[in-house]
Amino acid sequence: MKFAIQWIRENLFAGWVSSAFTLLLIFVLWKTLPPFIDWAFLDAVWKPDSKACRAGEGACWGFIAEKHRFILFGTYPYDLHWRPAVATVLLIGLWIFSAIRLFWKWWLTLVWLSGLTTIGILMWGGILGLPYVENERWGGLILTLLLTTFGLAIAFPLSILLALGRRSDMPVIRGLSVGYIELIRGVPLISLLFMASVMLPLFLPSGVTIDKLLRAQIAMILFAAAYLAEVVRGGLQAIPRGQYDAAHALALPYWRRTYLIILPQALRISVPPLMNTFIAFFKDTSLVLIIGLFDLLSTIKISLNEPAWTGFGIEAYVFASLVYFVFCYAMSRYSRGLEHQR
Amino acid sequence: MIEMIKVSKWFGLFQVLTDVDLKVAAGEKVVVCGPSGSGKSTLIRLVNRLEEHQSGRVIVDGVELTDDPKKTDAVRREVGMVFQSFNLFPHLTVLENLTLAPVWVKHVSRKEAEETAMHFLARVRIPEQAGKYPSQLSGGQQQRVAIARALCMRPKLMLFDEPTSALDPEMIKEVLDVMVELAREGMTMVVVTHEMGFAKTVADRVVFMDGGRIVEAAPPAEFFGAPKTGRARLFLSQVLGH
Repeated sequence: MKFAIQWIRENLFAGWVSSAFTLLLIFVLWKTLPPFIDWAFLDAVWKPDSKACRAGEGACWGFIAEKHRFILFGTYPYDLHWRPAVATVLLIGLWIFSAIRLFWKWWLTLVWLSGLTTIGILMWGGILGLPYVENERWGGLILTLLLTTFGLAIAFPLSILLALGRRSDMPVIRGLSVGYIELIRGVPLISLLFMASVMLPLFLPSGVTIDKLLRAQIAMILFAAAYLAEVVRGGLQAIPRGQYDAAHALALPYWRRTYLIILPQALRISVPPLMNTFIAFFKDTSLVLIIGLFDLLSTIKISLNEPAWTGFGIEAYVFASLVYFVFCYAMSRYSRGLEHQR
Repeated sequence: MIEMIKVSKWFGLFQVLTDVDLKVAAGEKVVVCGPSGSGKSTLIRLVNRLEEHQSGRVIVDGVELTDDPKKTDAVRREVGMVFQSFNLFPHLTVLENLTLAPVWVKHVSRKEAEETAMHFLARVRIPEQAGKYPSQLSGGQQQRVAIARALCMRPKLMLFDEPTSALDPEMIKEVLDVMVELAREGMTMVVVTHEMGFAKTVADRVVFMDGGRIVEAAPPAEFFGAPKTGRARLFLSQVLGH
């Protein structure tokens, strides 16, 4: 108790500026917190009944209760929702498994390959007695997670090559890398997605079609690679010249030098901005809405279109924010852990 | 072992080296000294082509250094280098620092590379630090690891670029002791240093540079006893005078 009082005095009321801010903060909380608790919990309607919701004062969590399956799984056939559910859990499991340093061995690639194959079988079906589901109907959380996983898995290695290319001694490679990065960075992701979905088919020879999901994925990879490349380049520039001198003096050839000496240090330095870009990319996947793919945020928007449930946007977006927050916060905590490891 | 013929180098418009001629025979120990900015570091960095010369010829162990990366590579495999700021790889342990190049450049087996590494760590008197990271060692220990790292490649020639300049005074001796021992074993060495005591005990020849030129080159007794040029006398009075 004595310790608590001392702590409060030292941290909340040390000097009049500190005291003033503390009092201001208490006032703001007193004004906002009780109404929020009333709205979110005490007055909330939990039953999926839109009439009760409209009559009540509080939040309408019934909307989420009613629509959660559409929000999480999109237009995937209702009876088969267990398949994307298992796929989602599996994919999240793969992420968590790969986050553990002990498992950073060559066989992790095999784990991922078999995991992704299983996810593919679950999502598409068509074999093992599972009915076929075309990927036009995939949606919700699993779509967000798949776009992020494949996007980052391909964009990250590509970005390293681009960053190295931008620092290359060879003018052609340097020019191509700079051109690519500046071109893609100068264009909004939305217009890239539009180009991928509307313009790309025009340039393809007739008869060749690329799936809409794949086109969106490619556009997102191209976009993420350009941004990540600049983050990696920042890390590369922070490596002291002495490291290059030592590697040269030991006659290490370019790729060995890069792989063994430069990249391990550069990527470590880049962990905070890299994770920043990863998180931004995870949320940017919601832009696929504009070309007609239904990721988590899109399914929420569509649920709100139903006449019975229009007007419950706040609840819907609070729910979406919570889901996004859980993933982003996990990524953020993990990156902080990484920074402190050797 | 090293032959430099009328070597010149510019950084932009500034000429750092002018018509430098230098020969180092196998087994010879040469100390290079001179005021800062006189081109000493640039001179020895030309030997393993960390810097490129723009005119003249540099021949190391019979291989002339040109734009051909194969020749540069061949020379670098034979030449070890120790830097002022150690330049150990901070993300690798001491042992990994020592085995990296033998394994990846000379394709020695990991086991053999580790045996060699432990041998040289014992030679520089820090075998117990093999599992630590460079940041956990003192400056003197780090520099000795750097020497061991270069020796693990079994070089014919060792270059030292101000190896003790970044060290606290009490650590200079432990590094110099290792270098003296190396010299006694017959290693060919080119050492840029201000440690005139080391030059007196070890050097076969002292090369004095000023303004990008070799002004004087003589055995230590002659150079320290009777420097021929005014600039050398001034330099010596500055480094020895306190």
